[in-house]
Amino acid sequence: MSLFGPGHGACPGCGIPIVVRTALEALDGRVIAVNSTGCLEIISSQYGRNAWGVSYIHSLFENAAAVAAGIEAALRAMKREKDGHIVVFAGDGATYDIGFGVLSGVMDRNHNIIYICYNNEAYQNTGNQQSMATPPGAATTTTPVGKLQPGKVGRRKDMISIAVAHGCPYVASASIAYPADLKRKIKRAAEFEGTKYIDVFSPCVTGWGIDGKLTVEVARLAVETGLYPLVEFENGQLVRVRKIKQRKPVEEYLKLQRRFRHLFYHPKGKEIIELLQRIADENAKKYGLDA
Amino acid sequence: MKKVVRGFYAIADAVRLSRPDVIAAYPITPQTEIVENLAAMYANGELGDAVYITAESEFSAASIILGASAVGARAFTATCAQGLILMSEVLFNAAGMRLPIVLVVANRSLSAPLSIWNDYQDSIALRDAGIIQLYVENNQEAHDMIPTAFKIAEDKRVLLPFMVCVDGYKLTHAYESVDLLDQETVDKFLGPRKAVVKLDFDKPVAMGCYASPDTYMEFRVAMEFAMERAKKVMLDIFNEWYEMIGRNWGGHIVAEKCEDADVAVVAMGSTVALIREVVKQMRKEGKKVGVVKVRTYRPFPSEEIRDALRDVDKVIVIDRALSIGAELPLAADVKSALFGLSPEFHSVVTGLGGRDIPRELIIKIIDDVLEGKVKPGKRFEGVKEFEEVIPYTEEVIS
Repeated sequence: MSLFGPGHGACPGCGIPIVVRTALEALDGRVIAVNSTGCLEIISSQYGRNAWGVSYIHSLFENAAAVAAGIEAALRAMKREKDGHIVVFAGDGATYDIGFGVLSGVMDRNHNIIYICYNNEAYQNTGNQQSMATPPGAATTTTPVGKLQPGKVGRRKDMISIAVAHGCPYVASASIAYPADLKRKIKRAAEFEGTKYIDVFSPCVTGWGIDGKLTVEVARLAVETGLYPLVEFENGQLVRVRKIKQRKPVEEYLKLQRRFRHLFYHPKGKEIIELLQRIADENAKKYGLDA
Repeated sequence: MKKVVRGFYAIADAVRLSRPDVIAAYPITPQTEIVENLAAMYANGELGDAVYITAESEFSAASIILGASAVGARAFTATCAQGLILMSEVLFNAAGMRLPIVLVVANRSLSAPLSIWNDYQDSIALRDAGIIQLYVENNQEAHDMIPTAFKIAEDKRVLLPFMVCVDGYKLTHAYESVDLLDQETVDKFLGPRKAVVKLDFDKPVAMGCYASPDTYMEFRVAMEFAMERAKKVMLDIFNEWYEMIGRNWGGHIVAEKCEDADVAVVAMGSTVALIREVVKQMRKEGKKVGVVKVRTYRPFPSEEIRDALRDVDKVIVIDRALSIGAELPLAADVKSALFGLSPEFHSVVTGLGGRDIPRELIIKIIDDVLEGKVKPGKRFEGVKEFEEVIPYTEEVIS
């Protein structure tokens, strides 16, 4: 049996199966997967049509980190902690929003788990509602574009810095556009004791309004514009950054996506594009992205 | 070994003796001392290989023991009131996933208004979760029922969470003489957990799958079957306890002096001890009064209650919680158990939010019914005269 699928119900062009398969392969399938409610759970865990080749548990939307912590504690108590890895797969809604307090507790107690957030920048399972990972200007059904409002107002939460501030031994951002890098980061994470946090950028074809064949290109452009920097922290120190040879203007990324198309005609669109460019520039400066 | 201890210690000690693998908890009055005692045992290395986790909320504590139980561990938590309600989403989920976690609820009223004192509104609110609920009368019963709870919950015919309900403060903080069990005895009664299904690295299983309309209903009905089976399993295990330890706590109910009674009082928890004393005294006065202690609230022992009250003319149910806008919770279940028998039925709520239930009040409640001074139906006893603040009158606003 394969580690994930066949038979999952992800949309063509969805980034999530890439995240899951890469993670499970990186850890040679020695995994108990803990999944929050969301896209991944719905596409993979229908009773009788389970797509997982490893042990899998789904409890609730907001408690995957704590369930994983309980598994970790129990394996320790029963002297089975060396048997394999406990990996959480949770969306950005579960991670940045509703499960944030629970995750903070797990990071604080430093349970020995790998937490992977597949970040598609909104509640995509329920049809594209805003989360705290939604970038400024993005149109979602709860931050719609109107005469007054140009999509989401305000910045997105910086989970990488928050994870680092918790003292997590390993924190990284990764992208489905760079699977080899993602695989390496998961393997690297497994070498650390404690809570490892990896945020994986994973476009959503339906929510973002992109052509299924453009998933990887859009994900690559998020990195090449500096909007989603690929960084790696070990024991609180920034150790590796994916350098960008010639940073592209954010418009190149925005114009491929329906969720941003209003920015090119809305009265406040220019302002938002400038803000996004400023965010990219700040990222470049903060992490030294420019090669 | 008999010792004078407080309830929270008797509970914590029984948890230790049950050899849990994982304990996760969050402090909340008046439960805190239970987990403080467990934390101290952990700090002193008295919990063997168990892992004790102080969670950042009851919600997480419940989620942690859910995860632990899913991987085959024996897991415990304790809470009450707001903490229990915060856990409720997880507890419904754990029951649906058929995880045999055990929790102690140090029964406390729910906010608002905020109150740290005892009634049963918290656990009653979770009656529909698919969790076995057992209410104890004293700290010896609390101590004895904890290994029993693990054994029942983990029985492969049952596999449901188990909630041991102990009156907050009234029992948890009371000094009582408790015969504390020894490890050898508990080990003989309760072996290690043998999980039927567990998360495993080598033999993959999936837990918590979602169910479409063509499969969901069977999962829920299966819980109903398990709860029904639990009735029998519980009696067997209660009996096993009695034979091994020599203390007989009875079955799902304990009916006393009901055979020839004109009036029987049905109640749960520590209040039963007081009612029993009152009944004893009234019997001396020639009044035909009986008492039914309901120990198991879920699964509800309808048949036992019907048998006990079959020939009783008047029934008084003492509830310590409300189902606001409907019949009182315990009374509703007792009434349904007596369907067709039609005794004169009195649903009495008292002792909410730690309001004292004095001996005189119990006497009055029974005498009023015996003497026909009150009409059947729902009423509130021990309530002061008061003026409602809501709805606001114009005077209040201006």
